[in-house]
Amino acid sequence: MSVVEKIEEKDAPPSPSKPAQPALNSRKLMRFGLYVLAVTLSIWIIIPLYLITVSTFSTRNAITTKWPKDLFPNPVSTETLEFFLNAQGVMPSVVNSLIVGLITLVLSLLIGAPAGYAIARFIFPGRDTYKILILTTRAFPIVILSIPLAVTFLNFGLYDTLFAVAIVHTALALPQTILVTSSIFVGVPVELEEAALTLGCHRMQAFTKIVLPMALPGLAAASIFAFVLSWNEVFAATILTVQNRTLPAQVLSSLNSSTLPLKYAGGFILIVPSLLFILIIRRYLLGMWGRVIK
Amino acid sequence: MAEIRLEDIFKLFGKVAAVNKVSLTIHDGEFMVLLGPSGCGKTTLLRCLAGLELPDGGNVFIGNQDVTEFSPRKRNIAMVFQNYAVFPHMSVFDNIGFGLKMKKLNKSEIQENVMRSAKLLEVDKYLERYPAQLSGGQRQRVAVARAIAMNPAVLLMDEPLSNLDALLRMQMRAELKRLLQDIGATTVYVTHDQVEALGMGDRIAVMKSGEIAQVDVPMKVYTDPANTFVGGFIGSPPMNFLNGKIERENGAMVVDIEGQRLPAPANLASMVGQKVMVGLRAENIQATDSSAPPGIPTKVLVVEPLGSHLLLTTQLGNQSLKVVTPADFPTGPNQSLWIRPDLNKLRWLDAESGALLNVN
Repeated sequence: MSVVEKIEEKDAPPSPSKPAQPALNSRKLMRFGLYVLAVTLSIWIIIPLYLITVSTFSTRNAITTKWPKDLFPNPVSTETLEFFLNAQGVMPSVVNSLIVGLITLVLSLLIGAPAGYAIARFIFPGRDTYKILILTTRAFPIVILSIPLAVTFLNFGLYDTLFAVAIVHTALALPQTILVTSSIFVGVPVELEEAALTLGCHRMQAFTKIVLPMALPGLAAASIFAFVLSWNEVFAATILTVQNRTLPAQVLSSLNSSTLPLKYAGGFILIVPSLLFILIIRRYLLGMWGRVIK
Repeated sequence: MAEIRLEDIFKLFGKVAAVNKVSLTIHDGEFMVLLGPSGCGKTTLLRCLAGLELPDGGNVFIGNQDVTEFSPRKRNIAMVFQNYAVFPHMSVFDNIGFGLKMKKLNKSEIQENVMRSAKLLEVDKYLERYPAQLSGGQRQRVAVARAIAMNPAVLLMDEPLSNLDALLRMQMRAELKRLLQDIGATTVYVTHDQVEALGMGDRIAVMKSGEIAQVDVPMKVYTDPANTFVGGFIGSPPMNFLNGKIERENGAMVVDIEGQRLPAPANLASMVGQKVMVGLRAENIQATDSSAPPGIPTKVLVVEPLGSHLLLTTQLGNQSLKVVTPADFPTGPNQSLWIRPDLNKLRWLDAESGALLNVN
């Protein structure tokens, strides 16, 4: 056997640096390709956002008459934005959206966090089935759910109320809230809770004094997620309300009849919370997905 | 201070009995070590004692009070966890003072208690730091300080040293032993490390498959293991077990091991013609490199120089035997070796069950 090895050694290329070179090059190439892909995707998303933003801060005149468009608002103006915010029904719908979003945030956290905690901490019969069932609620299109829900809400006298919209949004947000919070709670070692129990806490105190402070940033991120989902949701909001429209429903219902500046400004207002959300939540999401951020 | 009594503790995990009807009494102020390989149920037993696990059967008494269904905080215990479990979002001071705060002591009492425990564990310089700024050894000290600050009647430790490197572990071992002698709490200490168990415990409970194989003082567990499992688990190298056969020779009892005969106790007379197992520790075998005076001839297979001594793996007939010799003993692989066991230190075990036979 040793003879064979020796022969092979002689046949092998004498310079150890030679075989390493092509590997390095192909890795560089891969990296380059990855960057090209990332840049393309970013441009794909950034360009519409940028154009909407430019239009929002241009004068109404510039939006409707100028062609080609400017790359910077010229002159910079809040006229379009003010026009949109002063349009009939817009401010009430912004307030409605805020209210629905906050109710959704609170409800989804109140229901989702304990469920997430249970999945993270306890092994109970049907745990895996339960996890899959949570996700399958997202398999039903909201289109199909909305009509029977409208009927049900009519029966309960909840139709055309913000609370009804918030309930539907909570249902939509819950799968993510549960799964995200459970991954947050998994990240808090169970020994810390047990240590708290041996140090004089009862279960609730162990949770509030030890687990909650450590999970708080993640929980905040999860709740902002619920808020943004509610802020963006349009279909259920349109079907379940007539008078009490949320902002997306309001924009959608007046889309055909409104002017271009109104559409741009509406789009801008709708995008802003999501962008803020992504900026805030980014590091927690990355942390959750296993990358360490210092 | 309190006596601990475990009565018929039974705990199922699925269909497996992790702890199978274990009864054990731990005296007031005693340092009891639960020793066993992983999966033997020692940690589960400790968790039943702590109240972190509810046993499926049996009772736990602490200081004559049945605490079986009490939550941990009502048991007057403190526990040190394997991975320390110091709270990362609290300073060292707040960590050590956490239990006292939960007990609603006033500020000066907390301050005083924290300082005392921190000084004992030599972490009083780091009180303002957070656990992330401490080394593993320092975190371990904080965890112990947090436990003893509670001034508990019972101190529970679950492999507290196993995450430390070897040198630090040895240092902490001695330090912990002295500390626990001083505070005098009844201590239950779980470990899989037989050196820790022998070195620290007042008594050792050796566990296997959810049952206690033997409870005794360390030296007794070492010299008189209750069965082959205990003898094989404790000691480095483990005890040698040689298969032999009891025979009668000129009216006296002898054991025949691979054709070699050693005197056997007279009260094994009833076992004439039956198999028996002879247990002997490596250090109780005298080795020479010459055939005179008469010894049992063996062949050296492996020589391991361990600094202070040599560990020889030898072959006696078809059986292998570990022998310890002085570091300068002249030998090598495939050389002949003559051995003379210390006849007073032979142990006699049942060949079938592996249980120690009473020969006195």
